[in-house]
Amino acid sequence: MSFSISETSIDPQTLRADRFHDASGAYVSFEGWVRNHNEGQSVEALEYSAYQSLAEKEGRRIVAEAIERFDIESAACVHRVGTLAIADIAVWVGVSAPHRAAAFDACRYIIDETKTRVPIWKREHYGSGKTEWANCHNEASP
Amino acid sequence: MNLRIEYFALLKDQRGISNETLATDATTARELYAQLSEQYAFSLAPSSLKVAINEDFADWDQTLNEGDTVVFIPPVAGG
Repeated sequence: MSFSISETSIDPQTLRADRFHDASGAYVSFEGWVRNHNEGQSVEALEYSAYQSLAEKEGRRIVAEAIERFDIESAACVHRVGTLAIADIAVWVGVSAPHRAAAFDACRYIIDETKTRVPIWKREHYGSGKTEWANCHNEASP
Repeated sequence: MNLRIEYFALLKDQRGISNETLATDATTARELYAQLSEQYAFSLAPSSLKVAINEDFADWDQTLNEGDTVVFIPPVAGG
């Protein structure tokens, strides 16, 4: 599938290999890693969840849009769900194209659109012991 | 009519369950959310949510049908 939700570790090497195409002279990839801070707070873990059926549906639409808009040969995105530790790969995007400009543009498009449109949520686990749903600015759940 | 509701993220925490089937006189997602929000004190306003009906994004004022699955989508945070 061109967009999938994964409960297990993302393996970039395997995903990259699927992007090979004889007509592609360029490959661009993005990985989103779990970092140790957010908005001034120390982060210990991130917990991702998704409305899987709609996430994969909307994600596939985004990848299809990238293929339509940019001169690329192959594109895919995989997003994790579950509890991730610092430095884990949360999301992977890979694009191959005849030339690099379109590969860079399509890769950026896919991650940018995924971040705003796909029904995936992130609960941040802080060093203080508190947890909070990102972008919700509400009381932490117990 | 009877509807299936699925909850995620903050709404799941506030409702306390991941899904339910309920009978309601609400005819749109907007009316349904107003009812549920009052009953369960949801802290997210409709303006910060999207709605999905039968596994795709929908309008708040779309007419609901018997057996529809409705999901109120809290602010997304993928990537």
